[in-house]
Amino acid sequence: MTGRRAAVRVGRWSLPWRPRTAATALAVLASTVVLACVSLAIGDMNISVGRVAAVLVGGGDGGDRFIVLDLRLPRLVVTVLVGLALGLSGAVVQNITRNPLASPDVIGILSGASAGAVAAIVLGTSSTLLIPSMAMAGGLTAAAVVFLASWKGGVEGYRIVLVGIGVAAICSALTSLLLVRARVHEAAQAVVWLTGTLDGRTWTHAVPLMIVVGLVVPVLLVLLHALGALSLGDATAGSIGVRVDSVRVVALVAATLLASVAAAATGPIAFVAFVAPQVMMRVIGSPTPPIMGSGLGGAFLLLSTDVIARTLLPVELPVGIVTVVIGAPFFLFLLMARRRRLTV
Amino acid sequence: MLLVALAVVCLASLVVGARSIPLGDVIAALVDPTGTADHIAVREIRVPRTLVGLLVGIALGVGGALMQGHTRNPLADPGILGVTAGASFAVCVGISAFGITALSGQVWIGILGALVASAVVFAVGSSVAGRDSAPVTLALTGMIVTAILTALTSAVLLLDSATITSFRFWTVGSLAGRGLDQVTTVLPFFLLGLLAALGGSRALNSIALGDELAASLGHRLLWDRLLGVGAVGLLTASAVASAGPIVFIGLIAPHVARAISGPDYRWIVPLSGLIGAVVLVAADVLGRVVIHPLEVQVGIIAALIGGPLFIALVRRRKLAAL
Repeated sequence: MTGRRAAVRVGRWSLPWRPRTAATALAVLASTVVLACVSLAIGDMNISVGRVAAVLVGGGDGGDRFIVLDLRLPRLVVTVLVGLALGLSGAVVQNITRNPLASPDVIGILSGASAGAVAAIVLGTSSTLLIPSMAMAGGLTAAAVVFLASWKGGVEGYRIVLVGIGVAAICSALTSLLLVRARVHEAAQAVVWLTGTLDGRTWTHAVPLMIVVGLVVPVLLVLLHALGALSLGDATAGSIGVRVDSVRVVALVAATLLASVAAAATGPIAFVAFVAPQVMMRVIGSPTPPIMGSGLGGAFLLLSTDVIARTLLPVELPVGIVTVVIGAPFFLFLLMARRRRLTV
Repeated sequence: MLLVALAVVCLASLVVGARSIPLGDVIAALVDPTGTADHIAVREIRVPRTLVGLLVGIALGVGGALMQGHTRNPLADPGILGVTAGASFAVCVGISAFGITALSGQVWIGILGALVASAVVFAVGSSVAGRDSAPVTLALTGMIVTAILTALTSAVLLLDSATITSFRFWTVGSLAGRGLDQVTTVLPFFLLGLLAALGGSRALNSIALGDELAASLGHRLLWDRLLGVGAVGLLTASAVASAGPIVFIGLIAPHVARAISGPDYRWIVPLSGLIGAVVLVAADVLGRVVIHPLEVQVGIIAALIGGPLFIALVRRRKLAAL
């Protein structure tokens, strides 16, 4: 390539100008906004987009205001933030491990978070803070166990994925153990939660999400450059001044917190964290999963899945089931594509 | 020694429970029942439960050994490779769509589901046999197939709540409340599978050498494979029909058996059955003790014990070596 690459400079910060990345990000953002409007408009009672807009700017009649602001807006916010958190978390973990199959849902972080949240539910708490914090504790524990148990002079390769399968199995056994001991009411609540659903989400679910996403995303923004350097290999990254190990640990904790708080809000929604970075990587044409792009992609993916589940399917299913049915075949496809590359 | 261990856990399984019955009374109940409440508890509840435990343990252990042998994959297990999920899903659809509630009909459908699921997993995983990534591909494919089938199963259950009542046996791995009629319904399938497994175990020794070598030794690989997959399907489906999906027993048992007997599959297959039975009955007894007087399902205990072992196995060596 000849000529200098154009750059965007703001003060002492600069970014390379990549038209395809910017265009993709804009397109995904625009589609997400459109879908968000659709998501607010459709439901048991359809409200026209114009009336939704009226409500959002402060007008509209009482019924519309109640439906849009109190019922559908919290669900929308939860959906977008959970998608964002899962996409970011998946991209970070895939970057750190340099392994597309190692995402928080595959390596058992979501299962750990679920076990923590179920413990909180079974203890009979209705505290809005306890469920997310227990979920985060569970997710961090699972992540720590997975990484320590698969550490053998590095976490390269498939070992982490297999160890993650083992940890996920242990976590779900613990979850069942908790369910056995629970009283019927709490057990029923936990079982519904475990399928991964966006139904009936309120602001109490959205607030912890907003706090954690608001705190963690700036950290990731600071780390973006260092994470990009990590993809060049540890030695190269170290030689350009990146403190490899601390970046990795901080990024992993950030990713785990995001995935866990998402799981606390909606239950474990599988395969978004895995699929979003891989799709966005192919769309943007970048060599590694783009971190911020994956966040956007995750939000778009979850929102569109939710809208599809609510409109096209004859019956309303929990979104966690729909993401598995869409995401799992994609995983198989990727696995076989990798295999072909190995075979050649 | 294994037989002694088996006798011990069986006795423990008869003695331990919500109602504590001294050993002398248990033996009296078996030899000379007098109709007291204790004797009835032993004969009507604990004996069938122990028998089901033995059957399921043998089925899973032998099934695991066959799968590990045929795929030359140390991580193969009917639970991990999605076979149990296939059986569960097929039964769920059978109940919901065709109204099949009789256990014998459910077993047939379960076998069908188990066979289809294992065929899918093998088709994806087997063409890389011998490569370093083969065991991993197979394990991952199994995990994904399990994820899809579990999601579809819960979708069917959510849409049709009437199915749950006759399906719930197939979702929790438990030995509680299993009766003798269940054993007798499943027994023919189980015996047929066991027979096929023992008959095919000699071929596994040659298959372990690689497909080409096995063929040149005069084995008709296709037939051996079909026999093996059929046996796995029969055994897994009868295990799932009796106790629901239980993971990791089929993974652990063959590894312990291999450590005892060396690489000869004519020993590994029957030994895996015995070890599977010991581990399963022991796990069931443990489940009755840990949060006495409540019970923990044997499937949970099996996963809690088996998960760490699985991780240890993954860490221990290069996976391709088997």
